[in-house]
Amino acid sequence: MTVRERLRQNISAAFYRHGLLCASYPVPIILFTSASILTCCYPLLKLPLPGTGPVEFTTGVRDYSVPSHGTQGDLGERPDWYRGPPVAYIQQVLVKAAVSPWDSSLVPVDVFRSPLGRVFSLLEEIRDHVYTDRSLESLCLQVTDLLPGLRRMQSLLPEHGCLLVSPGNYWQNRRDMFDSDPDILKTVHQHEPKGLHTSATLKDLLFGVPGKSTGVSLYSKKRVVTYTITIALSSYDARFVASLRARLKQLHPSTNCSLREDHMVHVHFKEEIGIAELIPLVTTYIILFAYIYFSTRKIDMVKSKWGLALAAVVTVLSSLLMSVGLCSLFGLTPTLNGGEIFPYLVVVIGLENVLVLTKSVVSTPVDLEVKLRIAQGLSSESWSIMKNMATELVIILIGYFTLVPAIQEFCLFAVVGLVSDFFLQMFFFTTVLSIDIRRMELADLNRRLPAEAGMPPPKPGPLRPREAPPPSRPSPHTITLQAPAFRNLRLPKRLRVVYFLARTRLAQRIIMVGTVIWIGILVYTDPAGLRTYLAAQVSEQSPLGEAGLPPHLGVAPVFPGGDPTSTLNVLPAPEPTPLPENQSQGHGEARSGPAPLTSPQITWGSEDEEVWRRLSFRYWPSLFSYYNITLAKRYISILPVIPVTLHLSPQEAIETRHPQDTQHAPRTSAKTTELQADLTLYKVAALGLFAGVLLVLLLFCLYRVLCPRNYGQNGVQHGRRRRGDLPCDEYGYSPPVSEISPLLLRGHSMDIECLANDGMLLASCCLAGQIRVWDAQTGDCLTVIPNNGLRRSSSSGCWEHRDGWDPSSPARNASTPIMDNEHPLRRRTTPVRPALFGDQPDLTPLIDTNFGEVPPSQMMPGCGFDFGELVERAYKEHEASPPLPFPPSPPAARQRRRSLGDQSVAPPEQVLLAPWDWDSSVWSMELRGNLIAAGRSSGKLELWDAVEGSLRCCNEDGSSGITALAFLNNRIVAARLNGSLDFFTVDIHKPLGLLQYRGPPGRASLPPSPCYSSEDVISCQLTRSVQCAHQKPITVLRAAAGRVVTGSQDHTVRVYRLEDSCCLFTLQGHAGGITAIYIDQTMVLASGGQDGAICLWDVLTGSRVSHVYGHRGDVTSLVCTTSCVLSSGLDDLICIWDRSTGIKLYSIQQEVGCGASLGVISESLLVTGGQGCVSFWDLNYGDLLQTVYLGQSGEGQPVRQLLVLDNAAIVCDFGSELSLVYVPSVLEKLD
Amino acid sequence: PGESTLFSIGNGVALRGPYISMITNHTTNLLIRGGMLFVVGVFLALVLNLLQVQRNVTLFPPDVISSVFSSAWWVPPCCGTASALIGLLYPCIDRHLGEPHKLKREWSSVMRCVAVFVGINHASAKVDFANNVQLSLTLAALSVGLWWTFDRSRSGFGMGVAVALLATLATQLLVYNGVFQYTSPDFLYIRSWLPCIFFAGVITMGNIGRQLALYECKFVQEKIHQD
Repeated sequence: MTVRERLRQNISAAFYRHGLLCASYPVPIILFTSASILTCCYPLLKLPLPGTGPVEFTTGVRDYSVPSHGTQGDLGERPDWYRGPPVAYIQQVLVKAAVSPWDSSLVPVDVFRSPLGRVFSLLEEIRDHVYTDRSLESLCLQVTDLLPGLRRMQSLLPEHGCLLVSPGNYWQNRRDMFDSDPDILKTVHQHEPKGLHTSATLKDLLFGVPGKSTGVSLYSKKRVVTYTITIALSSYDARFVASLRARLKQLHPSTNCSLREDHMVHVHFKEEIGIAELIPLVTTYIILFAYIYFSTRKIDMVKSKWGLALAAVVTVLSSLLMSVGLCSLFGLTPTLNGGEIFPYLVVVIGLENVLVLTKSVVSTPVDLEVKLRIAQGLSSESWSIMKNMATELVIILIGYFTLVPAIQEFCLFAVVGLVSDFFLQMFFFTTVLSIDIRRMELADLNRRLPAEAGMPPPKPGPLRPREAPPPSRPSPHTITLQAPAFRNLRLPKRLRVVYFLARTRLAQRIIMVGTVIWIGILVYTDPAGLRTYLAAQVSEQSPLGEAGLPPHLGVAPVFPGGDPTSTLNVLPAPEPTPLPENQSQGHGEARSGPAPLTSPQITWGSEDEEVWRRLSFRYWPSLFSYYNITLAKRYISILPVIPVTLHLSPQEAIETRHPQDTQHAPRTSAKTTELQADLTLYKVAALGLFAGVLLVLLLFCLYRVLCPRNYGQNGVQHGRRRRGDLPCDEYGYSPPVSEISPLLLRGHSMDIECLANDGMLLASCCLAGQIRVWDAQTGDCLTVIPNNGLRRSSSSGCWEHRDGWDPSSPARNASTPIMDNEHPLRRRTTPVRPALFGDQPDLTPLIDTNFGEVPPSQMMPGCGFDFGELVERAYKEHEASPPLPFPPSPPAARQRRRSLGDQSVAPPEQVLLAPWDWDSSVWSMELRGNLIAAGRSSGKLELWDAVEGSLRCCNEDGSSGITALAFLNNRIVAARLNGSLDFFTVDIHKPLGLLQYRGPPGRASLPPSPCYSSEDVISCQLTRSVQCAHQKPITVLRAAAGRVVTGSQDHTVRVYRLEDSCCLFTLQGHAGGITAIYIDQTMVLASGGQDGAICLWDVLTGSRVSHVYGHRGDVTSLVCTTSCVLSSGLDDLICIWDRSTGIKLYSIQQEVGCGASLGVISESLLVTGGQGCVSFWDLNYGDLLQTVYLGQSGEGQPVRQLLVLDNAAIVCDFGSELSLVYVPSVLEKLD
Repeated sequence: PGESTLFSIGNGVALRGPYISMITNHTTNLLIRGGMLFVVGVFLALVLNLLQVQRNVTLFPPDVISSVFSSAWWVPPCCGTASALIGLLYPCIDRHLGEPHKLKREWSSVMRCVAVFVGINHASAKVDFANNVQLSLTLAALSVGLWWTFDRSRSGFGMGVAVALLATLATQLLVYNGVFQYTSPDFLYIRSWLPCIFFAGVITMGNIGRQLALYECKFVQEKIHQD
């Protein structure tokens, strides 16, 4: 035993014990894991919450000093980022200006024109302010070029000088340009972006207050104009700032202002994620979610899929959290952008292990105890789990040695994450799984009972707690358990699309989501909306109330460098009054100071302390980004605002008027600009309403066109329909009525037990022991082989077809066995008879004379029909053919005659001539050519002539009941109840005298078929008997391609060679008795067992190709096509598997009790039985093509067996009747 | 007669539903797959190109939307076409070599592969390496790891290497002719990690193509069989 194997064994033993532990004490273990998760996540509380919003920190102005770079002296309240100098110190001068007293002679434009005009003089003061030897020029933040993309803003923003922003920038800080500007509002608004915007607009930028509160509007109620002059300082000189403040306050005193001015706010900006950076991030997250979706979709066969999927995701997520927590506990602070690496971490850690565990556990035998199942499942996957984990660790280790900091950090996190993930899988997930499995078993017990009623109880598998791991599966990833396919009807494609939309309510959802997003954007971008409100909230909550700036003490400093720096512009505050027209000519003179009733009041409140808070939080970043200065991960310090109050006299306002103000402003511009500014929202709303109405109308039309009137009335349940209903879906669409009509074959008195066919003929045997042979083409009953005691009148359905069919024939006609005129075998043999027996008068009454159906050429010889029993009797009498390998037993001879009489002469009653084991029932039956092989419960093997209904030979070598038969070429294999397997050879001895008559020239071309003409003497010899083929009864027997395959209750499958009865392989791998086997000419071998497992084998080597678990309970039948494997189980589920990969493609839920009936007509057509109907499915896509109802009555008769004939007719066992269903398209194409 | 029956059934089914007949038609099938691969390729090209462009942009331009399409117009279609070709070629080669790809053929694995591919691109664009050799070696190791984790077929490896070499050559030529350029070329005219990215991309697209073909291959096989 190599080290590897020992290791493997140890690992799996350890896992086994661990599984037992987990399943035994689920609650304590879950509590323990939760506790450890919480403990490991505890350090996370210390980490800052992620977010991109700016963070603030307030210090006093008086004792302010630039924070040092390095040491982190006082840990107290100082945030980490508060180190080193800020990018800039922001000094804002908040100007409130009004014309007062207001008087009726003023026009609306006067509200803002002269107040804005004062900005230029203010600017001049600021620019020229000098304190000792310092001027603003030396302190301010010097900016260079604007970004290349911002050429259009070049005239509006300062370049190559101090960063000083004010509304004056609209007019290049030149008073003369302002004075000559005929329409101030137009100038201001022409730079506003169209449509929605999230970042700060130019107007916000220059005015420094939210657009609504500037008062630059014709309809402003308050008639107060507000704007700021923003100065960015590169270094902080307290004395200079104080002197500027004092100077401005002195010049423009604010009487009632009590703004605090002792605090400065430091604002730190996170690295901002733009849309461009967001897209890759979003993409990775989309991929991540797709991955999680596709992974969790594979969880199947558990009680609660959702619960387990949730547990899997929780496992992965909490392992990530644990890894972050652990890392930060040991001093590794995460510097990576968590959001970015998170998807990759999840992908690295993966959900695979969890899924593999689930699959492995649910694959264990259902009948085991829960903890044993868990333990077995764990131990069987232990090796692959450990191997995968080791591989991943090695890969990560390699990554660690790249010595790139970012990758090293990633690897570190990944390692800790992997280990904690492993821990959680082992403890948390396994325990959850055990709880789930336990719940499922309880629920399953109730569910399975009805389905299994009437069927033999599945033999309980032996409890085998194994210490050693079960044989490992080829790959842990082979099975995909997908959702069952849609059972769609064939619909036109456009209807499908519409139905899809309707079913998923996609349109409604999209509209809803779109509306919500739209409203959200509107609310967010509306300057008076949520954003401002939030900003106000934030500012109230922030612990540092900002010092408002006291009124200006005007000390006019020198302001150097006039290039882009601002000069003050006064935008006239618009008048909301409707007066303008009347008063436009009036020259009301108002002195500054106290205002009349309508005159504006300038008030200062706490909301003015921090005007910038009411702006977008992107205000500062976007202002600086214009000059290619990033604020990401840096901070700015905002100094207390300097309030400036300007009272202008009406006289002044009138003097500064532009000539056009009086003409245009009142009427035209008032209307248009106002509408432009404020009605945009209403326009959008109207547009939205219109679009909505249009959409509703469109949908209504669509609905009327596409949906029938009876929408919703016929409550047809999905899936199979009640009889009489056409197949139609919930939308009322029904496909065209099909022309498929089943042909009923009646005659059996009891339920049909066995069915056999060879393409042309069809043999059926009912519980009463009666065997009937039917023509598979026409559905005519050819022969009846009754069971003696239960014989019945045969004047049943099969005769009806032929009534009046041969009026010219004698009265005997009605009672003659129906001769199938199309049967080639019959035709071939007909000419032979007369030569020999034509002279025997006693035969004539028995001769069938259906001449009308016989081609003339074949009628020539005379009495054209042969009767096998007569022939044989003739042989006996004349001793024409000595070599009878077995003496035809007298009872057999009698039976022949009797059976003949039964079917032809005296239908109702026939005297039983001799005792025969009629009470033994037929257990198995096979049909080849015209020979029926029937295995009886008494162990007798009988060969009947299918056409004549005569017993051709009989073999009584065995005494144990024949449970299964296979008839291939000239060999018959019989499996017996005691587990032995008998090989028989069927020999044909042609009577010597007959040979010369056989084979007219045309006949030779007939394909050699395993048919036996009635004149041949047939013997059946036991060539070999394998006594102990299996330890337990053989349940299935199949033969093809020269191989005989048997499956038994003893869990094994054996493969024999047909020629020499040699056992080639014993295939082991099932954990329950074998219930289904499939083998075909291409040597595909599949087996299914009571454990619900399906194995595919390689017949040439005896190796197992794949092994999947698909059913709860027995696998009842198996069919393979070139590409798929179809299986059905006791759970009434039909599963379609990909043959090469073992992946489940889809499954079809059958009705109760119909699970076993399925057949494949071609590579792409599947037929299944249902409650009184058969359904055709498209095999490739699992779509229901058509449902055909059998018979007019018999609602509840399930189709229990289903046989596919060569000519694509389907025979179903339908209670005591048989149904022949032709697939019309096939017939059409064949024609 | 059996064979003809099968065939006629196949046709019978094909006549029934437009969807089926569309899928079962080999050409249409190819077109659909090619279209899907093309879309995926274009999308990935846009996103990954954005990653590369972003690397030099750390400030906040006001009109970021425009930078989404910052690359030249011909880049996404080229990538899309190439990925469609590769994605169609992979299953084709598999079929001709007669060794169908068996490793983890499921969508979750494909998604994982795509995620790793994006991660490799991410690393190439965002992680600061000490020098270019280290970066290229790391990415090469990652790419081969990608192949080993999700592909493991010799044909896949060979195809990946071949396409990577060809694409590198093409890029060299393009840069040589001045169609575009790299900011800091270290391997003739291009970055030395480019072949690794190409290789990983080929593996990824091949994986997607194979997974797509998985749905159709059954029918195609059947058709071939019948023909």
